[in-house]
Amino acid sequence: MIWIAIRMLTGDRQKFYGLVFGIAFSTLLITQQLTIFVNLLNRGATAVHNIATVDVWVMDPVSRTQDVVFPLPSTALDQVRSVPGVAWAVPHLRAGAAVRTPDGDLEGVTVVGVDDTTLIGLPRNLIAGTRDDLSVPSSVFVDDVGRTRLFPEDVDPIGARLELNDQRAVVRGIVDVDPSFTSQVVLYTRYSNALNYVPGTRNRLSFVLARAAPGVAPEELVRRIETQTGLKARTREDFAQDGVTFIIENTGIPINFGITVALGFIVGIAIVGLTFSLFIRDNIKQFGALKAIGVHNGKIRAMVAAQAGLVGLIGYGLGVLMATLFISIGGATSVDFKGFYTPWQIPLLTLLAVALIILGTGWVALRRVLKTEPAAVFR
Amino acid sequence: MSGCADVTDNGAAISVTGIARDFEAGGQTLRVLHGIDLDVQAGQLTYLVGESGSGKTTLISIVAGILYPTEGCVRVFGTDIYSLSDRALVEFRLNTIGFIFQQYNLIPTIDAASNAAVPLIAQGMNREEATERGRTMLERLGIGDQAGKLPSQMSGGQQQRVAIARALVHEPKLVVCDEPTAALDAKSGRRVMDLLREVAVASDRSVIIVTHDNRIFDLADRILIMEDGRITHDGTDVPANER
Repeated sequence: MIWIAIRMLTGDRQKFYGLVFGIAFSTLLITQQLTIFVNLLNRGATAVHNIATVDVWVMDPVSRTQDVVFPLPSTALDQVRSVPGVAWAVPHLRAGAAVRTPDGDLEGVTVVGVDDTTLIGLPRNLIAGTRDDLSVPSSVFVDDVGRTRLFPEDVDPIGARLELNDQRAVVRGIVDVDPSFTSQVVLYTRYSNALNYVPGTRNRLSFVLARAAPGVAPEELVRRIETQTGLKARTREDFAQDGVTFIIENTGIPINFGITVALGFIVGIAIVGLTFSLFIRDNIKQFGALKAIGVHNGKIRAMVAAQAGLVGLIGYGLGVLMATLFISIGGATSVDFKGFYTPWQIPLLTLLAVALIILGTGWVALRRVLKTEPAAVFR
Repeated sequence: MSGCADVTDNGAAISVTGIARDFEAGGQTLRVLHGIDLDVQAGQLTYLVGESGSGKTTLISIVAGILYPTEGCVRVFGTDIYSLSDRALVEFRLNTIGFIFQQYNLIPTIDAASNAAVPLIAQGMNREEATERGRTMLERLGIGDQAGKLPSQMSGGQQQRVAIARALVHEPKLVVCDEPTAALDAKSGRRVMDLLREVAVASDRSVIIVTHDNRIFDLADRILIMEDGRITHDGTDVPANER
């Protein structure tokens, strides 16, 4: 009977494609939007993720995220270094600046100052240049966003000069990192250089990055630093989460994406529900005849479940495939999608949503079939 | 109350005793069958004739086990069908009764052989084997060459023959037909009825046909006329004033 059910479904190609499209579109919308949402949220912690060797970020007590930061006095570095359990601590600066591009355009950038000696704070992967190049005076490394936004496509940025807050900066490397939440251009330079590039205020140290000594847990080190210095310290994971939480709490992004995901769900229910209802309505006589002939309700349930299941499976598969292609192609062709990936939880969540759509619409359709009196075929 | 507790089995293929059926309509109870008694023997082609609303479809639905009576007893080949559980009644229909509907009710997306095989597939027979038997039944009905066609690719008469094949493929003891010629022209209708009589009527099987197609009255072994929920005529022919 399952074979008959499947043939009933696939034989009516218009409705079959309609059902598959409904599920696929719904899956695409939910998966793609959730993927973008999650990846955008993650970008609230890009700067933290980009520095893998740091266990603890130390900052002013009022600082909240990598970009919402109140500068520290330079003495904070020594304070942190003096805390037992700190293997090493380095200064880290993040500040806004303006760059005049070779074309004469003005572009807002984030200047990141990394430790002069160890270059801790500089992302590990470089697309062009070597780490040593950062030691050359006036050197800056630009990120992917900067490469596309500051320079025409056919221009090699290496060696290009920029006017950074009225000072000369020479691009000597390209850093392979994911863009930040705002997709602002990031320029990496040595800490001493960065102090020259960013407007002068009394305190300019943004963070102290610390590593826990062997045998000291980052959480324990956080406690010691906060107790001893009065500064705010966060483990790497917690600080990354702070960046994500900040976006959730302070932007309309969750609501906007939530609405789109809900729309995907509703559109799925609407398309699939309507088409499935039409399909059942068109076949109600056949179902009635089957019931009269002697097909019991259990088999009818199995038939409708098989029809709904097949549509769900094909539609879901196509939808996830399209979403994956969208993200993959987007990541390969646009820096805006760089580093985007689909966490396994999202397809699972989408599967649950599709299952809900299928169960809901299938149940409504099945109810109609089960309520059909076999005697109705004689009327 | 329905049931056969107080009714002795008289050995008829179909034994209907004191059948009444009520329907609720507009807050009122409407009785459409009034204590019908009827015995049908095996080997007979029985017509149930009457105007619309006379109760013939209700009666055949009750005899076929798809509509519970309000009162009375129905035995089909000795089985008190309404004493069976719902599931057992469905199984009984599947194994004992063949249905032919006015609008054929074939599944439009499977071919004729598969349509004919539906009862066997529902019984759990392997699909290939069932389809082969469906094809054989189509050949008996003279449309073996149409076995691979979809219903939409066939004429009304051919579709009705597929429906007959579906009704007979599992060799049921009772075949019930609802206006099998209503959607056919006179020639096709006659051919379908000739075939039905030739293939379906057997000594161990009973065939009941609801019809008001007077072109085929001459093929019946017995004609029952219904009016207002009662059988008003029982004979081998139709009175002249009813033709």
